[in-house]
Amino acid sequence: MSTVAPVVQPAQPTTPEGPDFEFVKSWKVTISLSIFTVLGFLLLVVFGRDGTSIMRLSTSSDLIQLPDVELPTRLTGIVISVLLLLITAVSVWLVRAKARAPIWLICVYAVLVLIGFLAWAAADKSIPVPGLLFGSLSLAVPLIFGALGGVISERVGVVNIAIEGQLLAGAFTSAMVASLTHQPLLGLLAAMLAGVLVSMVLAAFAIKYFVDQVIVGVVLNVLVIGLTGFLYSQVMAPNAALLNQPPRFERINIPLLSEIPIIGPVFFRQTLIVYIMYVAVAVVYYGIFHTKWGLRLRSVGEHPQAADTVGINVASTRFWNVSIAGAIVGLGGAYFTLGSVGAFGKEMTAGAGFIALAAVIFGRWDPIRATLAALLFGFASNLQNVLSIIGSPVPSEFMLMLPYLVTIFAVAGLVGQSRGPAASGKPYIKS
Amino acid sequence: MSTTQGQGTATDTATSPAGQPSRWDRMFREITTGSAIISVLAVVLALVVGAVMIAFTNKDVQASAGYFFSRPGDTLAAIWNAVSGAYSALFQGSVYNFRRPSFAAGIKPLTETLTFATPLIMAGLGVALGFRVGMFNIGGRGQMLIAAALGGWVGFAVDLPYGLHLIVALVVGILGGALWGGVVGLLKARTGAHEVITTIMLNYVAFYLVSYLLRDGFLQTPGSNNPKSPATKVTAVFPDLLGPNYILHFGFILAILATIFTWWLLARSNLGFQFRAVGLNPHAAKVAGISVKRMYVYAMMLSGGLVGLAGINQVLGTTTSGFGAGLDSGIGFDAITVALLGRSKPWGVFWAGILFGAFKAGGFSMQAAEGVPIDIVLVVQSLIVLFIAAPPLVRAIFRLPVPGTTRRKTQVNVSQEVAAK
Repeated sequence: MSTVAPVVQPAQPTTPEGPDFEFVKSWKVTISLSIFTVLGFLLLVVFGRDGTSIMRLSTSSDLIQLPDVELPTRLTGIVISVLLLLITAVSVWLVRAKARAPIWLICVYAVLVLIGFLAWAAADKSIPVPGLLFGSLSLAVPLIFGALGGVISERVGVVNIAIEGQLLAGAFTSAMVASLTHQPLLGLLAAMLAGVLVSMVLAAFAIKYFVDQVIVGVVLNVLVIGLTGFLYSQVMAPNAALLNQPPRFERINIPLLSEIPIIGPVFFRQTLIVYIMYVAVAVVYYGIFHTKWGLRLRSVGEHPQAADTVGINVASTRFWNVSIAGAIVGLGGAYFTLGSVGAFGKEMTAGAGFIALAAVIFGRWDPIRATLAALLFGFASNLQNVLSIIGSPVPSEFMLMLPYLVTIFAVAGLVGQSRGPAASGKPYIKS
Repeated sequence: MSTTQGQGTATDTATSPAGQPSRWDRMFREITTGSAIISVLAVVLALVVGAVMIAFTNKDVQASAGYFFSRPGDTLAAIWNAVSGAYSALFQGSVYNFRRPSFAAGIKPLTETLTFATPLIMAGLGVALGFRVGMFNIGGRGQMLIAAALGGWVGFAVDLPYGLHLIVALVVGILGGALWGGVVGLLKARTGAHEVITTIMLNYVAFYLVSYLLRDGFLQTPGSNNPKSPATKVTAVFPDLLGPNYILHFGFILAILATIFTWWLLARSNLGFQFRAVGLNPHAAKVAGISVKRMYVYAMMLSGGLVGLAGINQVLGTTTSGFGAGLDSGIGFDAITVALLGRSKPWGVFWAGILFGAFKAGGFSMQAAEGVPIDIVLVVQSLIVLFIAAPPLVRAIFRLPVPGTTRRKTQVNVSQEVAAK
């Protein structure tokens, strides 16, 4: 875990470079699993800790109180290690039998690793599971909005590196408008507008002037950082009472659903923005894969010439869908101010847009998978918060590093050659 | 504002008065359609936008605008004062300070500009190299940090004679950057992991790794609780170029050398030819017998090495009193803009780096003297890149004639290579 270099070496001989077999044996998954199993064994058994780990499953305000789960730390570690070994063995057997390791197996594996690690880190301490998950979701909300916008934008053929800028613009305008009007809903609307504006600049330069989309995206990020920073210092900070005290959204408990153990407190005691997010994920998924709009969008992103031939206006499809993407990302920006922190701060998004971009690619340009990837990032960041509160034996820097290392692992080992929409990033010049 | 409209006027000018263009027409067209004029106008446009922002947010302007219709002169004067004050502070902070008595003192800002430009040029070259191979290196931060940590450690912990110490620290630092970049190339070549993800992730990994080492590892100053390294030993510090009164140091020479090296690599060497072939069309390059995967690894190593040079420049040259985890101070990201402004060409990157160095140096003095937040510099910089990337827009704004169809080729230079992935 100290450097990334050892991670790389074992993956070397795994490239499937053979001739055209019907099924290309890929050892990548197996090798990743083996490495994690060895690491897990080292951590959980060799450096195992004694004591009891307590998982608190209920919060004090729950109707249905679940008892705390007490795990003997060392025994749990041993059991988990054995299970990990079994799954790795199964995956070896599967590859030899020319089959692919099913995705649920990998999920089970990941959950086991997680439980093992939590139990190890929380020896003689207790982990509030609902709190851990709630915080994860909170941290993931802007990432999910960003990733959804990224997915739409890239699916229609415009690389969106400007997610960071759209988030920041959304955060800034929502704070300002909500403070001025004392209406968080208006702030939300303003954030969407700000996102759309940034998107429109991106779309105009990319589609009308054929400027490289990566360039525009990167530059727009800088532009928005500069603009918001300048306006913050010049206008907002001197009049903070008037311009930078937005009312925040109240938490809404959904009746019945919010009383389900574990799930309720995590998912159904959230603010309006989070509920909008649930809807957005569902709508974007359904829209992209099950409607005429989505079909057109994808066709423009995959093969604009073909789409043009059947009469779809490539430029305007791209323009308006990129704008929609901007509106969605803008919502994520509003979450920074109206949902969590309150006041706007310089560069408060702190790279969330880039993490969202990583989630898009990690999730292979699929809204659901991208959402899951964003949740993973949120979880990993929050795990560090929780563990630093209960006091973990690992230096906090390594805990903070973990999500990023896991992503590299996952992208290299599990996802591999990720292929985006074929025409993404390429301007369509009608001839 | 559309391209077609512009084309109409262009043909009008070209064919007047009697079908055959006169010499003056030709000259006029050459001047107005060249890329130099676009660059100059882009800078002008960006500065105008900056001026508007400065004027609108200035307190005096706002106060006098309240009675604009009774005394418009006040408002105009206030606008003039705000804008000219800010921009002359920008100029005097970056090129020449007229208020100082002698030339030797007046020219000091220029040396500061060059010092700020040095790491921007180095890291910009690295990013540009990546672009030319069709890779997007956002990992400047991580590569700089690792290079600075390793090279900086050699700088403060190892005892070596003058000269040798510097070279060893430099080489170790560059290798550190090359290693951090090479990992990305290797992952892309071997597993197809997208370099945008891996570079971003490795930025964070490097940041936390170096933070840990500074807090509780071999980089920490002994007997101190601050997450800061000890000062670099004198034997490893870059020599001053213009004597101790100026901050300009040997790093600038290194930046020039790096530019020449990158130019030679891309324009003259066999490896550079393969790089460009992969960047333009990896499939064609593969058919021609070039190992695309190997090129990805080499390119990322070289790119990381150049960015690493920027990192080591910071610890051995600019701040030798010890470094913290924030030593990259955004240079890794600024380098992307520098590379874009320089259109991924070594000498273009060099001049872009100097321009951005000037903005940085001048921005600080503008903030100190006129109270204009330095963020305005970011706005102006990004607008310059945007405008330069879109010549049709600039031409439409200034009603310049549109050159022949060959223009488009140079415009989408980077896009072809990046898009060809």
